[in-house]
Parts: sequence; structure tokens; C-alpha cells
Amino acid sequence: MAILVGDDTRLVVQGITGRDGSFHTLQMMEYGTAVVAGVTPGKGGQTFEGPDGAGVPIFNSVDEAVAETGANTSVVYVPPAFAASAIEEAVDAAISLVVAITEGIPVQDMARAHAFARDHGARVLGPNCPGAISPGKAKVGIIPGNIVTPGPVGVISRSGTLTYEAVIHLTNAGVGQTTCVGIGGDALIGTNFVDVLEAFADDGDTEAIVMIGEIGGTDEQEAAQWVQENLDIPVVGFIAGQTAPPGRRMGHAGAIISGSSGTAEEKMKAFEESGIAVAKRPVDIVGLIQSALSA
Amino acid sequence: MDIHEYQAKEILRASGIPVPPGEIATTPDEAVAIAEAYGGTVVVKAQVHSGGRGKAGGVKLAATTSEVREHAENILGMTISGFTVGKVLVTPAEDIDTEAYVGVLIDRKAQAATFIVSAEGGIDIEEVAHSDPDVIHRLTVDPRYGLMRHQAYGLANSLYEDPALVKQAAKIIHQLYAAFTSSGASMIEINPLIVTVAGEVKAIDAKMSLDDSELFRHPALLEYRDLSAEPAAETKAREADLSYVKLDGNVGCCVNGAGLAMATMDLVKYYGGEPANFLDIGGSSNPEKVISALEIITSDSNVKVILINIFGGITRCDDVARGIVEATTRIDIEPPIVIRLTGTNDKEGLEILAEAGFSAFSSMDDVVERGVEMADAG
Repeated sequence: MAILVGDDTRLVVQGITGRDGSFHTLQMMEYGTAVVAGVTPGKGGQTFEGPDGAGVPIFNSVDEAVAETGANTSVVYVPPAFAASAIEEAVDAAISLVVAITEGIPVQDMARAHAFARDHGARVLGPNCPGAISPGKAKVGIIPGNIVTPGPVGVISRSGTLTYEAVIHLTNAGVGQTTCVGIGGDALIGTNFVDVLEAFADDGDTEAIVMIGEIGGTDEQEAAQWVQENLDIPVVGFIAGQTAPPGRRMGHAGAIISGSSGTAEEKMKAFEESGIAVAKRPVDIVGLIQSALSA
Repeated sequence: MDIHEYQAKEILRASGIPVPPGEIATTPDEAVAIAEAYGGTVVVKAQVHSGGRGKAGGVKLAATTSEVREHAENILGMTISGFTVGKVLVTPAEDIDTEAYVGVLIDRKAQAATFIVSAEGGIDIEEVAHSDPDVIHRLTVDPRYGLMRHQAYGLANSLYEDPALVKQAAKIIHQLYAAFTSSGASMIEINPLIVTVAGEVKAIDAKMSLDDSELFRHPALLEYRDLSAEPAAETKAREADLSYVKLDGNVGCCVNGAGLAMATMDLVKYYGGEPANFLDIGGSSNPEKVISALEIITSDSNVKVILINIFGGITRCDDVARGIVEATTRIDIEPPIVIRLTGTNDKEGLEILAEAGFSAFSSMDDVVERGVEMADAG
């Protein structure tokens, strides 16, 4: 099995005609994802040319796309100024999972979009995230398809390329994944570590989890506590930003040590105290996962 | 983006919050002239992006012209938390009866603007939140409805008992929320909010951060950016759309992706080195960005080696390779470069590098270990 995205995913791409949207739509289709619709206001009626002559109908609104194609998942490549509105539009059209790739959405815009999604029971993944991929089934977002392989490990991360770094080590060692999920680097994200941990716990096929955190906030600490209280399968953790100075934003809007809170040290300590094996380097994740799987 | 106290006060004043007057001086003469115009006792306050200005000696009361001159001379040019003071705010001193704290910020857990207020002001709120959480009141504002009247009164009631003060405070809390939303702030702190001996509620100090992602909607606020408060390399990085933070080590890092960039710095440390910087070239693969990145890294004279760590996803390795080759022909790069290139289009990238005489590692550990060795040797 898999979580969030899989065989049932029917995807609508918001911003399908943009530079990033069109590039990644091709990649997602090549991976085998069922891309059933695209949305670009003003371009309704046109067709997006996919690989091997496959055409994807473009609509003016998500509402129309859902009505015509039965899309159940959306991915947002819309520019930051309009991205929160695009998320709200998808939620309003009864999309159940909105994967927001866009980086740099105003935080007050997202506060409203998250509230709207919560009220409608929709899940937002991100924003500022690489999306999710269930190897061999579906890819929604930008995680390269060639670095993953099917298997028993669930991967959750706040980062993009650092996830790839961890996943390629797993794949090279023959350790496959159920689903790899990037939850995003912003301060306000719709799906946090605990949400994804819960989904992996219910998955049935996920036998171990890799959790990759970074400085800023307390999401990792809460996840550690949840793992200790609720989870039966082993978790291996990694935290980026041990050398990050306090008070400085490290690229991601959410990666900042505020005062004395949100340091790598306190997160690693919380992991260790909850029985999560902490990898010192990304490459060490493999050995820890292998021993967890064979235990 | 952090802004100065006097700038935050301009925003608060514009939203109707009672803030005492104040003017900026960059020389002791100017400070004296401002103080003389106000008459009476004034406060001379260092304008830097740092808390703890008072403790550092950057905030002084001055009763006479000679005191104003003396304090302005001492404070201007002073260094507070690494920032050099170039401006002081001169403002009339208030007769303070009580001090309270009122702040509003984006709370990650509540996913919305959240007020934090305390009847005890002039304090380190983070410290009090740990030591005495009962004196702090919190309220999360639903972004769809905004701050409701009874909520503002609820917060004001936790600050004061006197109905006249509660009424003033509730109005200020409302105006503060309006300032927060209309300026795209991520944090505004009034500390302290005072009651004067005459019974007026006023904001006499303010701290404010604007959400970088919303600045495009507020071009006027961009004027508030103080370029003297950041290293020139960070200004250049921002203009080139790169995330860069200068650190104290000698291994210059150029990485794609914030998480991988942090992990690379950590690995430098793991192998016994010290990173010279955080630098994320971002997701796009524009060769110009790589060139800007290398210019910025080499502008730091501490850098003994440049470590490039690229895991291609959206970023294409051939574009990065072109940028590296182009940069080495266009600018004079003295430190040796070590490269790790893997992921999207890595074969093409490695070929481009090989033609220009560069080799590259495929593993992050190998390149970092080699980089640290070279920094130690250099």
C-alpha cells in the first residue's frame, strides 16, 4: 500500500501551462501518475500535450475540472501571489488532497487557506514542499522518480533535496519505500510530522519510518512524543541545522531558531528520548534502517 | 525583514495607536537639536535590529543638553550584538505609572495570528513564558473573522482593572491587529505599553518583523530595509535571489536546497571543519545564479576552499556545471573548488566539468571530507 498518493490518485494540475507546471506535469505523467486535468484561468478548452501524444484537458476552474474528470487530488504550481487562492479554490471544489509546491506564499494568506481547508476536511500538503511519491504507483510534485524504489520504508521530511539525499542512499542499498512525503519548509504547513506518522501507522505495509527534520518550531518534538506513545514500528531520525546560528532564517521560511527554541540539539534529544535512532549523517540513515528492519 | 523601532512606530502611529513623538539623529549635534526642540527630559535610543539594547547601554535618559550630547556620542558607533549603531531615536521621556506587554505574531501551531499580552511589561516575554506562564494571556485570531470586539476587550481586561484604561487598551489592540494585517507583518511587539501618570495608555517601544513573502504587496515598506544592518554579501545574495548567511568558518558552501545546505554545513563540522556560510542556490537551474553564488562566496576572505554540493531535482546538473565553468572564466576564483554533482542530467554535467578540467565526486561525504582536508592544508 501507500499513503496520500497512489493508484486511486486522479490529479488536477493547477498552473499546468506555467514553466514549472508544464515541466513537472510531463515528469509526473511519464512516471505513470493519472493526470486527468489541468487548470489555468483563461485557457479552458485547450489541451496540454503529454508524453506519447496523451492529451490533458485544461479548464478555467478546479470546479469544472472536478465535474468533468472526477479529479480528487490537486497539485499547485501557481505563483506565490495567487497560490493561497488556488489552494482555497481546490478545497472549495471538494478536492481532498491539495499538494502546494509554491515557495514564498505570504504567511497571512496561508493562515486563511489552512483555516478554510480545515473547515472543509481537506488536507493541504505544504506549501513550499516537494510533494509525495509512492514508488511504482504515483508521483505528485517534484521528487525525482528515478531515485525511489518500492519497499517497506516510509519517509517524511521538511526538506526537498535533503530527502533525495536520504532516499538515494536507501534505494542504492536496496531498501525501498512505501511513500516519500515532503511536508514543506514554511512556518505554516497543512500536514505535519504527526499527520504523516498516523497515516504510515495505518498503512499496513510500512515497516519502518525515516523522519528528517530541521531547526525551527517544535513539530519534531511533538512527533517524537507521538511516536513514543502511539507507534509500534521503528523510526530513524535526522535533524539538519546543527551548525545554524540562532535568529537567522536558513533558506526555508520556517527554518529559524527563535530565542532558545527550535535548535537541532533539542530536537535530537527529543528523538533519542523517544526511542528514535538518530543518524549523525544522512548516509548513516541506511544502516540504522537496515538494523531496524531486521530486528 | 526586521525593521527599526522608529519605523515600527511610524506604522503604529499611522494606524492610530498613541505613540510619543520622536526623531532620528545620526550625529550628536542633531540629537541635541531635536532634544532642545522637545524641551525637558528625553530618551536617546540606539536603532539596531537587536533586543537587549537597554542592557547594552544603548538606551539612556538625558535631562540636560550636555547629557544628550554625551549619550549620543557614546551610543552612535557603539556595537550591539554585532550591529553598529548609526542612528539614535530621540524621544520625550514619559512619566510612567505601569508597564504592560502586548505582542501579536504568527503562531506556527495555531496557524494564525496570535496575541500574547501580559500585565507585566518591560520584560523578556520568552523568559516569562517559561518561568511564570500564568501572567501571560494568549488569543488566536481566526483569520476569516478578524479580531472581534469582545476578544480585544478580553485581552484588555487581563491588562487593566480601571475601565478607562481597558477601553484605551482595547482600542490599541484593535489598531495593532489592523497594522499587523495591513502591513503583512509576521510579528509586532509593544514592550512596554505604558500607562502614564496622567492615565493615558501609550506605546513607547516597538519591535516589528515583516513577512518577506508579502513585501511585494507593500513597496513603500521596502524603503525600511536598512542595508547597513546586513553584510554586503547578504545584500548581493538577496538581489540575486539566493539565500546566504555568513558564518565564521573557512569552508565556503554552495548547495541546492535549504535542508541539504544545512546538512552540508553540519557534515563539514562532522569532518572537523567549519562552514564559512549557508548558501542555497534554490530550485531553479539558472547558470547566472551559480556565478553570483561563487562571487559571493569568494568575497569572503576567510574562504579557503569552495565546496559545491548539488543533488539535481528541478535543478539540472548540466546547468550548474555550465555556471561553474562560466564563473571560473569570468571571475578570478582563488580558492580551490571541490564539486559533488548527482541527480538530474548529471552525466551531461560531469562531461561539461571534465572538458574544463574539473572532476567531481558523487558522494556528499567524500566531497565534504576532501573539502575540509583542503581547507586545513590551505
